[in-house]
Amino acid sequence: MNKGPLIFLGIFFALAFSWVGIVLTNQIQYGSLTPYYDEAEGQLYPQKPSGLAARGRLVYQDLGCMYCHSQQVRRPGFGGDTERGWGDRQSVARDYIYEPRVFLGTMRTGPDLRNIGARQPSADWHYLHLFDPQLTSPGSVMAPFGFLFDYRPVVGERSAHALPLPADYARAHGLDRPGYELVPTPRAAALVAYLVSLKDAYQFPEARPYVPARKSGGAR
Amino acid sequence: MASASSLAASLSPTTPPDVMSRAELSEIDASAKWPVIVFLVSGLVWLLIGTAFALISSIKLHTPEFLGGYEWLTFGRARTAHLNTVIYGWSVNAAFAVAFWLMARLSRTRLRHPGLLLIAGCFWNLGVTIGVIGILAGDSTSIEWLEIPPYATPLLFVAYAFVGIWAVITFRFRKTEHIYVSQWYLLAALFWFPWLYSIAQIMLVFQPARGTVQALVNWWFAHNVLGLWFTPIGLAAAYYFIPKVLGKPIHSYYLSVLGFWSLAIFYNWAGVHHLIGGPVPAWVLSAGIAASLMMVIPVVVTAINHHLTMVGSFGVLRYSPTLRFVVFGAVNYTIVSLIGSAMAIRSVNEITHFTHFTVAHAHQGMYGFFTMVMFGAVYYILPRILLKEWPSAALIRTHFWAAAIGITLYWIDLSIGGWIQGVEMNNASIPFLDVVRHTLPWLWVRSLSGILLTVGHLAFAANVAWMLAAPRAAGATTPTLFQTPPAVPVR
Repeated sequence: MNKGPLIFLGIFFALAFSWVGIVLTNQIQYGSLTPYYDEAEGQLYPQKPSGLAARGRLVYQDLGCMYCHSQQVRRPGFGGDTERGWGDRQSVARDYIYEPRVFLGTMRTGPDLRNIGARQPSADWHYLHLFDPQLTSPGSVMAPFGFLFDYRPVVGERSAHALPLPADYARAHGLDRPGYELVPTPRAAALVAYLVSLKDAYQFPEARPYVPARKSGGAR
Repeated sequence: MASASSLAASLSPTTPPDVMSRAELSEIDASAKWPVIVFLVSGLVWLLIGTAFALISSIKLHTPEFLGGYEWLTFGRARTAHLNTVIYGWSVNAAFAVAFWLMARLSRTRLRHPGLLLIAGCFWNLGVTIGVIGILAGDSTSIEWLEIPPYATPLLFVAYAFVGIWAVITFRFRKTEHIYVSQWYLLAALFWFPWLYSIAQIMLVFQPARGTVQALVNWWFAHNVLGLWFTPIGLAAAYYFIPKVLGKPIHSYYLSVLGFWSLAIFYNWAGVHHLIGGPVPAWVLSAGIAASLMMVIPVVVTAINHHLTMVGSFGVLRYSPTLRFVVFGAVNYTIVSLIGSAMAIRSVNEITHFTHFTVAHAHQGMYGFFTMVMFGAVYYILPRILLKEWPSAALIRTHFWAAAIGITLYWIDLSIGGWIQGVEMNNASIPFLDVVRHTLPWLWVRSLSGILLTVGHLAFAANVAWMLAAPRAAGATTPTLFQTPPAVPVR
């Protein structure tokens, strides 16, 4: 191996191999995957997210939520994802086609969030959980996001989204001043709108529940 | 001084070849002096910053309210700042320094216009600085291993391209007939990285691909940064320093050819094993799993080559700091790679995916293997370019034991904790918060191992600073070893 150009050719083709195989082939295979048209409903799926949820996705991105939360449900029988209620079905590629940045994630320090909007549809639950995870999930190791909230004097009427803190918690943390309220900032509101929007409810033909082979008889 | 002696050597035909080559070597070392110092010292500064972010992130995982009020230090940002400082700050700078020095020495040619390299080095570090500040300020892309915001990445790319081209130029001026195995790895790594980086930036950040094609590009890139950039640089260093310190040739030339090409062919397909079970075409995953298992070939071949070179010379580990660090790294390379292949098997991945097991694996690879080899290389290179000896053997000893015990504790601890986490997570009858609670003891031990690693880094930094500041000794000096060998020749 003393010929520089030959070594270089080998080096070139080695990486070209996977570049074509993993990157280009898949880009061609499903890089322009289209939404599915449901004739009975006259609807295209998946549906595009609302503007507020799209802004919330940026907050999710800048706080690095995806380093502890995945957004993908593995098929029934492979891991415990569906048994844990993280989704009714496995995630499929079509679920993600409108997402400008895909947050599949590789870590589950916390639970999968692909269908968190279906599990926890209440914005108030999310506000409390973000402000201090111990309020809703004692023993959690999630970071508290107090900086996404304002503690401020009530001006006019109380905000509809003021956090319903338990009285003893508010007292213990000095958050019980009369005439004050704890309200989510616009970033918190956007983040929660995004979280609540996370649900893959539609049954794509390719996502039908998969029943493991050991139960003979078949799924469909 | 170096040039004077080489001039004398070239004028006298009777100069013995050994003297000639020593004069030549010191001339080469002198030409690489400033680039190596700048890359190493900036790498070391990043290592210390990265260690601080590591400790903060580690503590936050078992004590989430720690520094909980600071948005810029929230876990998602501190962890990301840790990764980017230790990867693009420490590891890449160290890789640059070692790659340049090795390339110049193995090509037996001096670095040309080292001043231009210094400028590239400044741009690289400026890019990393802007990038890390951007991440802390909330501009992270949240794409694993590519978090540096798009306003800093072009700077990194240009600086990198410049460094890469410079290495190839140095290679082109080589005076040797033979191309040594380390040079294959260096050339390959320097060529592969910009290809990976530019494709990933284009398809993920500037012109994002649709849907989960992004995930495939992401892991094609992220795993190849390890496999096709850090691994070849680490192996190049191991292939150089083990035979160099022992003063004997590598075990088998043919095995090194086989090891190189099998790594080049299989490693670059392996990355998609990070998506097993995910919403991507099943055939890509199967191909990735097959490639991951085929990695056993280059790993075993390289292991035989490195470890059989050591056979009969284990005694030298008692004396030579360089050898001890590099061999520790080479052994970890074998272990971590075999574990990595096993983790790609579907039934194992079902458990280890999404858990701390992967975190343990990543640290064993990047630290137990790559970083330890780089430490060993620095212990060899710095005295030769500064023409000074290491001021303190005790600090080297502290560095070695703190790092070796720290990283071993780290990966064994988190592997066990991660395995338990994975088994429990797959059992839906165990509430999720119980799974979290059961990881806590393992996370505490991880923080402890982090403290050990910090001690090692401080000892290393102190020794480097002391060495830079100390005056050069007059006359001949002897290398700083752990203990004086009775009669074993150590170079």
